[in-house]
Amino acid sequence: MTNAAPQPNSYRNQPDAQGHFGQFGGRYVAETLMPLVLDLEKHYRAAQADPAFQAQFDDLLEHYVGRPSPLYYAERLTEELRKDAPAGKGAQIWFKRDELNHTGAHKINNCIGQILLAMRMGKTRIIAETGAGQHGVATATVCARFGLPCVIYMGATDVARQQPNVFRMKLLGAEVIPVTSGAATLKDAMNEGLRDWVANVHDTFYIIGTAAGPHPYPELVRDFQSVIGKEARAQMLSRINRLPDLLVAAIGGGSNALGLFHPFLDDDVKMLGVEAAGYGLDGNEHAASLLGGFPGILHGNKTYLLQDEDGQITEGHSISAGLDYPGIGPEHAWLKDMGRVEYTAITDDEALDGFQLLCRTEGIIPALEPAHAIAAVAKIARDMDRDQIILANLCGRGDKDIFTVAEKLGVEM
Amino acid sequence: MTRLANAFPADRAALVCFVTAGDPDAASTPAILDALVEGGADVIELGMPFTDPMADGPAIQAANLRSLAAGTKTADILQIATGFRSRHPDVPLVLMGYANPMTRRGPEWFADAAAAAGVDGVICVDIPVEEDASLGPALRAKGIAPIRLATPTTDAARLPAVLDGAGGFLYYVSVAGITGKQQAVQASIEEAVARLKASTDLPIAVGFGVRTPEQAAAIARVADGVVVGSAIVDIVAQHGANSSGPVRDYIRSLSSAIATARQTTNA
Repeated sequence: MTNAAPQPNSYRNQPDAQGHFGQFGGRYVAETLMPLVLDLEKHYRAAQADPAFQAQFDDLLEHYVGRPSPLYYAERLTEELRKDAPAGKGAQIWFKRDELNHTGAHKINNCIGQILLAMRMGKTRIIAETGAGQHGVATATVCARFGLPCVIYMGATDVARQQPNVFRMKLLGAEVIPVTSGAATLKDAMNEGLRDWVANVHDTFYIIGTAAGPHPYPELVRDFQSVIGKEARAQMLSRINRLPDLLVAAIGGGSNALGLFHPFLDDDVKMLGVEAAGYGLDGNEHAASLLGGFPGILHGNKTYLLQDEDGQITEGHSISAGLDYPGIGPEHAWLKDMGRVEYTAITDDEALDGFQLLCRTEGIIPALEPAHAIAAVAKIARDMDRDQIILANLCGRGDKDIFTVAEKLGVEM
Repeated sequence: MTRLANAFPADRAALVCFVTAGDPDAASTPAILDALVEGGADVIELGMPFTDPMADGPAIQAANLRSLAAGTKTADILQIATGFRSRHPDVPLVLMGYANPMTRRGPEWFADAAAAAGVDGVICVDIPVEEDASLGPALRAKGIAPIRLATPTTDAARLPAVLDGAGGFLYYVSVAGITGKQQAVQASIEEAVARLKASTDLPIAVGFGVRTPEQAAAIARVADGVVVGSAIVDIVAQHGANSSGPVRDYIRSLSSAIATARQTTNA
């Protein structure tokens, strides 16, 4: 089941020809990169119009990634949350199971799309940035699959705290370069990725991991991730012949949320994006760009950023390394300002509770990123009617996070 | 704008010198700028520090972080510019940096403040012509030149767009890469400058990786200006608050090489 074409007043017809989502997005890159970014757009338009490209993408998603991912009714979680809900309250909770994808998260959907595009453009070398390492692993995976050399930039701080993923990338044949500038986390890795790209424009393709960066990245990452929402929409209609009342997804850069939300944007479905509140939104130790930031320009796009009054970027904090980024994809910035999607934030402690709740009630160990979405679902479900449906995106599995969680819970491993 | 137009003499190339404002601290910058002028700099590029200087190599990255760690604010940079203008009424001053610190309070605010501080031009690394509306109109309304960059990837089809609305001079980034790394081969610079000159009357200044008097002289033979940045920033990194003397000596070595560069060719 596919959606009808977007209407003129649709929420699904962004960005404009210049890559702007309202005042957000755009192509704020150095002149050296500008011809490349224009070339990428040209090739992406050609790929979009080429049925063979779509067929290859679909085939790899089915047989290599393992799509479609299941749509799952979380019966015990639903019942658990109904226990202290008022009479008649406690919405049904469903999950889109993207944690069951090959490599354990939604990131691979985008990497498949981008490496096909890279090969179409004749590029012979792949670079990427990574924070927690999930995008790095997904990129290293597709590079191994297609035999392309792969360089992953990763903040030295993240290299130290995400050793299993560093080893995974190396097993897959990638070169992992620790970045020591700045706070040595995701934003510094992205700076270094851009520096590599600008120096190797002739042969290198930069696989950006989220729906951010210069146009057309926010659009093409969203499009590749929209497989999540397209499947979920069709699955919902086929299983229970109705659409959900509320979609919920965690947001770092925002690609899993956009992937789920975008195919539903013109439907009568509410949406909630969940940012990382870290130690709380009242201090500076959070990663909630939309709720705690201001519009600005970084990494190729205009969007909400954590920044001071002089426009210097401030360091985010989240227990989840995947949400620990001071920016957000520009389409989310637009959807927030348009009022189409509501945004909230969940603290580290609440996310830990959500993490454990899902482990105990459903036998699913989620990543810390969707644990934020689960915590938000737990708050909101008890205020919704029993016949209402929440669909949350379980965008990654928690194997990578068990050390972090153990430490927070005071368990020695 | 007049100051910039006068800075590129017909008989020799201009020396364009970059330092990061507030490196090692805001109090040290005025003396370093004076040393640039005394050494023979024709145009000053004052770098606005940014937490995420993604087009810069290690030397200027470190300078940015030193400046911010010392507490440099936008207000300090404007004050440095204002002081420079009162001491050097005729030397053109250009602010160079990234979009976010420049546009944080709105493009009009920045253009007003820069104009009031006596700034002649602005180079914004991450606002290509496609996003000119974010800053260009505000600068032009205040008589500040939006100085554009051209690179080895800027082909003939794209060049007219890059030049549309440009002012001051055209900064030719001779290497596809980040600042301070390697220098382009001379032949490629000569070819590029000839190509650019065919398309614009703006002076062409060539930079990226220029370090020695010999390199500066070689570029000075073909271009209207030579841009030096990382090499100066390296001296400041080494000498800190006592950089004036070494900076002046170094700039003097470049400016004298440039002064005689074209005579050497003709001889």
